[in-house]
Parts: sequence; C-alpha cells; structure tokens
Amino acid sequence: MNASVTARRLPIISLQDVRFSYEGGIEALKGVSLSVARGENVAVVGGNGSGKTTLAKHLNGLLKPSSGRVLVGGEDSSKTSVAMLARTVGYVFQNPDYQLFCTSVEEEVRFGPKNMGFGRDDESALAERALKLMDISHLREQSPVSLSLGDRRKIAIASVLATSPIVLILDEPTTGLDSVESAQLMATLDVLRSEGMTVVLITHDMRLVAQHMDRVVVMSEGSVALDAGVEEAFSDPDRLRRCKLLAPPITVLAQRLQAQGVLPKGAATPLQLVELVARVRGERQ
Amino acid sequence: MMRAFELTKTKVRYPGSDFPALDDVSVGADEGEIVLLLGSNNAGKSTFCRLLNGLVPNSIPAQVGGKAEVLGRDVRRTSVARLATLVGMVFQEPDNQLFCMSVEEEVAFGPENLAIPRAEIIARVEWALEAVGLSGYNARSPSNLSGGEKQRLVIAAALSMRPRLLVLDEPAYALDPAGRLDLYALLRLLRERYGMTIIIAERDAEEMAELCDRVILLRNGRVVADGPPSEVLSDIDEVVAAGVSPPQIAHLSSLLADRFPGKTRPFLTTDDAEKEIADLVRTAGSGAP
Repeated sequence: MNASVTARRLPIISLQDVRFSYEGGIEALKGVSLSVARGENVAVVGGNGSGKTTLAKHLNGLLKPSSGRVLVGGEDSSKTSVAMLARTVGYVFQNPDYQLFCTSVEEEVRFGPKNMGFGRDDESALAERALKLMDISHLREQSPVSLSLGDRRKIAIASVLATSPIVLILDEPTTGLDSVESAQLMATLDVLRSEGMTVVLITHDMRLVAQHMDRVVVMSEGSVALDAGVEEAFSDPDRLRRCKLLAPPITVLAQRLQAQGVLPKGAATPLQLVELVARVRGERQ
Repeated sequence: MMRAFELTKTKVRYPGSDFPALDDVSVGADEGEIVLLLGSNNAGKSTFCRLLNGLVPNSIPAQVGGKAEVLGRDVRRTSVARLATLVGMVFQEPDNQLFCMSVEEEVAFGPENLAIPRAEIIARVEWALEAVGLSGYNARSPSNLSGGEKQRLVIAAALSMRPRLLVLDEPAYALDPAGRLDLYALLRLLRERYGMTIIIAERDAEEMAELCDRVILLRNGRVVADGPPSEVLSDIDEVVAAGVSPPQIAHLSSLLADRFPGKTRPFLTTDDAEKEIADLVRTAGSGAP
C-alpha cells in the first residue's frame, strides 16, 4: 500500500511520542509514534525484549503511557476504560488459557457480547458468526480446556471477534501450532482482512509476515527501527539482523534474483516464485 | 564407535491412551551426529526425547515394548539419575527450568546432586558457562537474562553433568530469529569441540538443513522417513503429509522440478537456488536443455 493512500485514511489508532516504564524503571518504550489506518494490516516484529508486546498492550489501553498520548478511535486511552476501548480494539493473548474460563465453547464466545450489553439477538448473531468464521461451530458444546492448543487459540480469537471490534490485535497467534494449524489460522485471518478488519499481528515468523501482511513495524530496544511496506522492510538483511530478525529464505532469494535482473519482484512464497519464472520464460519464448 | 541410541521395534503407550505415542520405531544414531526429530504436534517427538533420558517410563509411567538403548544401556533398566549423567535434556521454555538465585548455582545444581568434589564442580561450572558463551555471568540472576541467554543457561546446566548426548525438545520455541541462529551455531560448536551427540525435536524444518546430519520424520508415532536432510526434506509430499511445512527453498526446488521437468537440479540452499533459477530463465527459448 502506498503512503498517500494510507495518509488519506482516518487513523483508528494513533500513538504520539509514547514512553512507558515498567515498575523498577526499565523503559520499555522510548518515544514511539505511529498510526494505524482502518483496514490496514500491520505486523509488529522485533527480537525478544524489543518492546513488541508492551507496544501492543498500549493499542487497547491495557497499559497506559508514562508520557505521550494514545488515541483509540479518537479517544485518549488514559482517560477511557479498557472496557470502553475494547469496543474498538479486540486483543488476543499469546496464551489462550489466560482468556478462556467458561465451561463450554459457546458460552465462552457469548461472554464478550453479553458482557458488553449487546441485546440477546445481537449476542446470538455475533457469537454464531464468530464460531463460523473460526470454523469451530461443531465444538460449541465442548469444554475449552479439553481441546488442543490450536482449537483453544481459535476459541480465544472467536470470543474476541464476537465483540465486533474494528481492530484485532493478535500476539503470536501461531506459536505452538504446527504447520497445518498455523496455515488454517492465517487463512482465517485473510478472510477477516478481506472483509475490512484492521489486523495487528505480533509475530516471530517472518514467512507469515511476507505472505499475509502489508506493513511491517520493526521494534528494536523500545523504539520503532523501521515502519515500511513488507518489500522494503525485508530488503536490508544487515538492518534486520541488527534488529534480531531474518528475512524469509524465499524473500532473500527473490530479492537477489530481482537485483540480477532475472525476475521481477513480487514473490513471497515458493509457488509465487515458480509462477514468476514461468511467466518470464513464457515472455522470452 | 558406540551407538548414541538404538530403538528397535519400540512402542510406547501411556496409560489410558487409545493410541501408542510411539509405534514400532526402529531407528538409531551414531555418537557425534546431529539428528533432527521432525514432526507435527502429537507426532511423538516429546515421547521420543523423554524415552532417551529415561523420564519415560521411569518417571512418567508408560508401557514400553521392543528395545530402547542409550549408549548401550537398556533405558528401562537404568536409573534416571544414571541416565542424567549421560543424557542432558533441554525443554521448550527456559523459564520453567530455571529456579536458582544465580547463574552459577543453576549450573552447579546438577553436579552438586552427584556429590562431586567442590573443585571439580567449580571447574565444570566454568567450563559449561564458557561453552555456551556465558563466562562471567556467574553472579547474575537468571530472571534478569534475555530469552536467548536463559536458553544458553539451561544448556549450560545440562552440560555441567558432562553428558554425551544432548536432547533438546523445541529449544527455539521462545527465541527470536537471530537467537535461533545463535542457538544452532552453539549446537554445531558443541559437536565440533566435544564430539557431543545432539538430538533436536522441532516442528519447523526451516534453516534445519544446514544444521543437521540426519532427519527422522515422525508421523502419528511412526518413523516415515530417515536420512540426510537433502533426501528427507526434498520429499515434499511426505513432509507435508506429516503436517510439517517444508523449508521454503526445498519446497521451491520440488515445485520447479514438477513445473519444468528435467530442467533443474535439486537444491537446498539459497545460493544454489539462485544459480539454478538464473540458468532456467536465461536458457528459456534458446533451445538449450
């Protein structure tokens, strides 16, 4: 997405020179400014201890800035309750077990909209839609604790989706999942994105970022080291390495082939790269 | 050379479980090998690891059928304490394995329980910290270390027992990408310097081809492939069927071979991929093979 398009869209979340220190004085955010527009898909990446999760917890008011300002849907997060902000921003924790406490999946998914005072009809409709989106309708009677980590993640996401947020924040949603579960989850996120959901994804998996996200915010030592489109973010291996990250192998290869004039840009997966090769070979023949 | 481990028709079943966690597994490794146990969740990786250090069945009850030997000893007839001096174990989450007030105490804990003389313990602590690159961290508090440092500390604590085998169950789980590469460099170093046998269980094969000598692919408790990474990781269908996403470059190699039969040689590294694709594109329409 190019910058002028982003600029014309209204920011749904904006951070202005946000600083934050945990008790004991460690400054986890050292002046972060960024904004997220409606409908954007932003990956927040960085090494262990870079401030990713601290940043994410500011996006829905779980943490309030020590200085600077966070605006969520135009409201100052320091002056608004987390419950109010939750109407705009849904947060899915890395560990689903922090979120799940009901005896059945359906109850779990209904809890959010019920708690927010949606009417009974809306509550049902929202819960059904979330169950269907996450493909867990068949599990509605089951107890969340008896299910696999992959299913518990889906329930946690469904219970947040059921509150009908504008922005969905996911903290490392694929950690602990195997490739099948992880691919399913990302496919579901793609559906949500195509329906206009604003997604903020915190992850260590750069392959997912390259394949599914538009924009990358790289955190390093409590600051934004880079805020750019995916192509640009992965274009400088040395800079990434300084931020404790690595571009995915296919991205590295695609960029090398592009630099040599062998292929045009645009491959984020092995299949896309093969398609590019076929196209270029076709043009040459 | 002694076999690091040898499983023969091994079957492991936990009480109350309908399916065996490991089923008819016959596989082994030489000392000094770096072996990847690759599989999806519930493929049997953790059971495999816990069998190698005797936690299964000696601490975690399970029926074990067939043969299971580690360094020539029957796992079922060897105490967990004895196996602990032969097999070091590192789990996913460093935080769950650290409990002492200082780095030094953490590393000394294992040998202290073996009633080893004090001078020897001190020497082992220094050696283990040096081996993982944490020399001088002795007095630091484990809870103030970074994620990567904590994982190194857990490895040092395992090394202080002077094991011949190091078994790591998803050791990169809590590490960032750079921390993961540092960990793999450390494991290679341990093999080169001390001839240690290293067994790593992982569900993600990316970057593993360069680290391992062997890949054992597990699916539903069974070994479905066993060989060098160039062989096992190139069989994309088998890897995918096991619920594992193939390394991107190996996947690309296989897709190109399907799309342009006979026109590319198989590759596993980015460098080789670059050459093959450049040739493939430049020879298009020229009539060259």
